[in-house]
Amino acid sequence: MKLPVMKIYAIAFLIFLYGPILLLPLFAFNDSTVVAFPLKGFTTQWFRAVWADADLWKAVRNSLFVACTASVLATTLGVFAARASTRYVFPAKGAVMGLIMLPLVLPDMIMAMALLVVLLSLNIELSLVTVILGHVLICTPFAVAMLTSAFQSLDKSLEEAAYDLGEGPISTFYLVILPLVTPGIISALLISFTISLDEFVISNFLGSKDKLLSVYIFGQLRFPKNVPTIMALGALLVALSVILLTLAEYFRRRGIAKTGAKDTGGFV
Amino acid sequence: MSDGKRGRFWGSDAASGLGLVSPTALYAILLLGAPLAFVLIASFMTDGYLEIIPRFQWCNYFGECASYKTLDGVLTPTQKYRGAWTDPVLFSIMIRSLTVSLLVTFLTVLLAYPMAYFISFNVAPARKGIWLFLITIPFWTSYVIRVFMWNAILGFSGVLNSIFLGIGLIDKPLDMSFTIQAMVVTLAHSFAPFAILPIYVALEKIDRSLLEAGQDLGESRFLTFLRVTLPLSMPGVVAAVLIVFIPTIGDYVTPKLVGGSKFPMIANAIEVLMLKGDNKPLGAAIAVSAMLIVGAISLVFIGLNRRFLRGPQ
Repeated sequence: MKLPVMKIYAIAFLIFLYGPILLLPLFAFNDSTVVAFPLKGFTTQWFRAVWADADLWKAVRNSLFVACTASVLATTLGVFAARASTRYVFPAKGAVMGLIMLPLVLPDMIMAMALLVVLLSLNIELSLVTVILGHVLICTPFAVAMLTSAFQSLDKSLEEAAYDLGEGPISTFYLVILPLVTPGIISALLISFTISLDEFVISNFLGSKDKLLSVYIFGQLRFPKNVPTIMALGALLVALSVILLTLAEYFRRRGIAKTGAKDTGGFV
Repeated sequence: MSDGKRGRFWGSDAASGLGLVSPTALYAILLLGAPLAFVLIASFMTDGYLEIIPRFQWCNYFGECASYKTLDGVLTPTQKYRGAWTDPVLFSIMIRSLTVSLLVTFLTVLLAYPMAYFISFNVAPARKGIWLFLITIPFWTSYVIRVFMWNAILGFSGVLNSIFLGIGLIDKPLDMSFTIQAMVVTLAHSFAPFAILPIYVALEKIDRSLLEAGQDLGESRFLTFLRVTLPLSMPGVVAAVLIVFIPTIGDYVTPKLVGGSKFPMIANAIEVLMLKGDNKPLGAAIAVSAMLIVGAISLVFIGLNRRFLRGPQ
């Protein structure tokens, strides 16, 4: 018999992990302007407030624009890096890949400030474009990680078969490799999209008055009367990200099944 | 591919690899490498009014400096300030950030290990994926809101106080919000999956027959864990420690929302100095100092654990 202690610990740990998230719907439907217990009653007014908040929807549009652009760019850059690192041996590979992956461990604030100081001294005005530049930087390592596992599970003999049948490197890439790594590309896009949507520090310091959603949320949390609306928004975001992540996981698994490899792990 | 062919194509292989990686590499060099180099250089320059004066000095790190302003065409010192390691306030902020992130790292890895162990050893192989998925889900939803929710949990009329009052554990609500402890718990929560995943990967790699061998040779379960499982999983623990420790020291949101701005950390100090304070060289010196501190501690930590990191012989 396995130790039940471990299972109890695991469930307690999950409660710790999910606690803050599970409270969101509670307060989102709570008929009180104060985010505290005891709960007062059921209301949907906070969701209506979300619906009616024009600034919020502008921030959502900005965030969606930035996240779409950044995830496409990061995934494109990720394809180059992941393909190069899985297929070729080249000089200074460790250093080059290290620099590309560095944002995974570097504090956001240091990246944001370093970029900001350079942009300011070049007299480049802050806008959604500068935010996108920063987001691509932090999304790329995640895209590379997702795509590396996709490229690694490629069977090299398929590529060689294409060469033997007279295809060149570019047509082989389009006809054979790309279709096989498409699920990896989709999950890289989704992961980058989610990270970009969630990013705060870079969005805050590289952004202009055109606020992104995370920056807007941070600003609203300073005003206690706006907090319940943010709780409702948070509940909606949780639901949305669960859907997106389930899709990402579905495509990753399908990709692995397609290339015939063994499932060796999850997201990171 | 035959060996002869591989030899002949070696040059072009390296070239196509470099060519292929170059867009991504250039992007990282231009938008990460160059700005970081700029910060390093700026930290040795002189502070001017809304500008950085290219004049070398050490005093942004140690000693006393002056900010300058051009008055009637002459560069005049306006305000004195002390370097990052000399100024008592800045130094205490660095010490606080370091203490908080060491505490967070210790707590997170300590809590994550049993969880990773549970998934690797106690969960049926077919269900491991679901468990890992369950752990990552909460962390892809708004970071700012997640951090803020800890106020609702630890606050005066928060969840914990309501529960404790309800079951009669305490008579009056505890004041837990806006404390360093609240910041530590919040950060430990934020980084939990980043600690679980590397430890899990390391545990998965352990050959299960080694554990049976340990027990066949008369070791108890606990001693087998201590002498076989734990040392073999150390590479994962080291990775978890670094992945939690390095970003935590630069966290910006938690000191603002959960610390109530009463306990600023390095990132908050950098923000104030770089923007409102208009002292970019000093801000840069703090950023560089922070990177040096985490770099040095990480290297020492890796060095202390190098006998575990050598891999199978």
